[in-house]
Amino acid sequence: MTISYLITAIGVQDWTYILVGLTFALYIGIAIWSRANSTKDFYVAGGGVSPWANGMATAADWMSAASFISMAGIISFAGYDGAVYLMGWTGGYVLLALLLAPYLRKFGKFTVPDFIGDRYYSKTARIVAVFCALLVSFTYVAGQMRGVGIVFSRFLEVDINTGVIIGMFIVLFYAVLGGMKGITYTQVAQYCVLIFAFMVPAIFISFQMTGNPIPQFGFGSELIDGSGYLLDKLDGLSTALGFNEYTEGSKSTIDVFAITLALMVGTAGLPHVIVRFFTVKRVRDARKSAGIALLLIVLLYTTAPAVAVFARTNMIETVSNKPYENMPEWFKKWETTGLIRFEDKNDDGNIQYVADEINNELTVDRDIMVLANPEIARLPNWVIALVAAGGLAAALSTAAGLLLVISASVSHDLIKKVIKPSISEKGELMAARLSAVGAVVVAGYYGIHPPGFVAAVVALAFGLAAASFFPAIILGIFYKRMNKEGAVAGMVVGILAMLLYMIKYKLGWFDDTIPDKSEWWFGISPEGFGTVAMVLNFIVSITIMKFTKAPPEEVQEIVENIRIPSGASNVIKQH
Amino acid sequence: MTKKNKAKAYWKENIRYVLMLLAIWFLVSYGAGILFKDELNTIKVAGFKLGFWFAQQGSMYVFVILIFVYVRLMNKLDKKYGYDN
Repeated sequence: MTISYLITAIGVQDWTYILVGLTFALYIGIAIWSRANSTKDFYVAGGGVSPWANGMATAADWMSAASFISMAGIISFAGYDGAVYLMGWTGGYVLLALLLAPYLRKFGKFTVPDFIGDRYYSKTARIVAVFCALLVSFTYVAGQMRGVGIVFSRFLEVDINTGVIIGMFIVLFYAVLGGMKGITYTQVAQYCVLIFAFMVPAIFISFQMTGNPIPQFGFGSELIDGSGYLLDKLDGLSTALGFNEYTEGSKSTIDVFAITLALMVGTAGLPHVIVRFFTVKRVRDARKSAGIALLLIVLLYTTAPAVAVFARTNMIETVSNKPYENMPEWFKKWETTGLIRFEDKNDDGNIQYVADEINNELTVDRDIMVLANPEIARLPNWVIALVAAGGLAAALSTAAGLLLVISASVSHDLIKKVIKPSISEKGELMAARLSAVGAVVVAGYYGIHPPGFVAAVVALAFGLAAASFFPAIILGIFYKRMNKEGAVAGMVVGILAMLLYMIKYKLGWFDDTIPDKSEWWFGISPEGFGTVAMVLNFIVSITIMKFTKAPPEEVQEIVENIRIPSGASNVIKQH
Repeated sequence: MTKKNKAKAYWKENIRYVLMLLAIWFLVSYGAGILFKDELNTIKVAGFKLGFWFAQQGSMYVFVILIFVYVRLMNKLDKKYGYDN
């Protein structure tokens, strides 16, 4: 019996157990090896992570179940409009590298509320920042735990709730034991798993369809069967079925602009991303690791639109006007999960997949585009299983990063800095671990009992971050005269504006129904409103500042000091 | 040069770099990928319409390059002012 025989003889299910089991053993091994011994280990991994390790960890932390599982699917249904996510979730790193990371590293504390609290010399500012950090992180993490549950249930055939509980224990284990140090090194491993799992099927399919193994070039190439350029073909297929031309999209220009900006600025303002840059040794390492993180993220993000095009074309060609009984096995399999639904409205036995909702007979959940893609393209079993391991790596790494922000906000920003400053180092470490346990339990609860609005709210976590942190941090670094009155007023107005707009236009709680698009302010959707709320924050901050007194001399000195890159490692020791 | 003047001069050069790089950041994403997408879409490179390509590929490549250019520029600047210890 040869090895290649063995490899083909093992089924998808067993491959999934093998690959998921191996990767989990790896994460737990790393967690035991990199236990945290001090609060500095727990919050910022001891402050000595190399730029490459930090870049990989940041990339894994950043790319969640949404990036791995949902994004390519969303793009494949949205066409050009999908660019808001691609540019929005990568362009923010440029802002991060040029405007935030180096200065926050030089400042050299543990958390984002630390910076806000010290720079604005005020307990109120710190507490407002803690509130914003918790709001942003909790909305985000609930979605991640749900993602963990979905991957478990689809691939390991346990129910979603069991999946969530297994995921909770794994995250609990390495986040509580290792803190930032533990999660940094597990995230390095998770990056490797998830990028491999994303790239392998993409390369296979690109080669199959276009003969070009590089997906980024493949989707701009001619098809191997001689029917011309792939994108021209997809545009043709889309318009023939009544959809918009794939490369054109349907959102208004102002909305695309606003959403992209809100996502970019929100990315730069997310506490679990910012805190990453506290973990490297020097200011120059902070800049470099932002570049490495983006490079590693862009590898997946430039592949996703190619996957979207391959999957969309394959799907239309497989199902459109084909007899239902001839559908391949994967179609039936996903049908039983309810993620593909077929209703033969005109009783002709064929599948009519068209834009017009009255005649359309097929509903496809966008999440399955990535998950089912390897099956649609008839790739080997191990590749299908690999996608499951990759999806779990993406969801777990992001969940762990967020839980750490939550636990640090409670143990450091609230207990140590506000409630009980006399707490010992040991006591604070214990408090950090206990708050991590608490956070996992709350996140798990929301994973099992998702409030109906979680999915809607996750995308808006970016708007909240854009409306609150980004202006306060930028002004704190680049505008010496900015004072606490201005910053606090700006954050409060920004986050309230975002919350109210979201409640009115996304959740519809004010009017019993969700108001129509035509009522949006300036034609900007709730997803894009973070841009407006951010501008509002800037205006309010600067106006209030003009009428109140300048910050004290020593705070102005802090600002001058963070602008100079040398001596960063000393700052953290003084803490 | 006094310590304070040196810090001021360093900061001024830094701001100039940042503004320059952010201008490019804005042009490739909001310019080529969004505002001028339709005009650029009339140009085709291989199977890609150019505006579409900038929105879903090109802008992201440029973002990565911008950060590494910034890293290089700033490392040089740090050295020039003796802030590279």
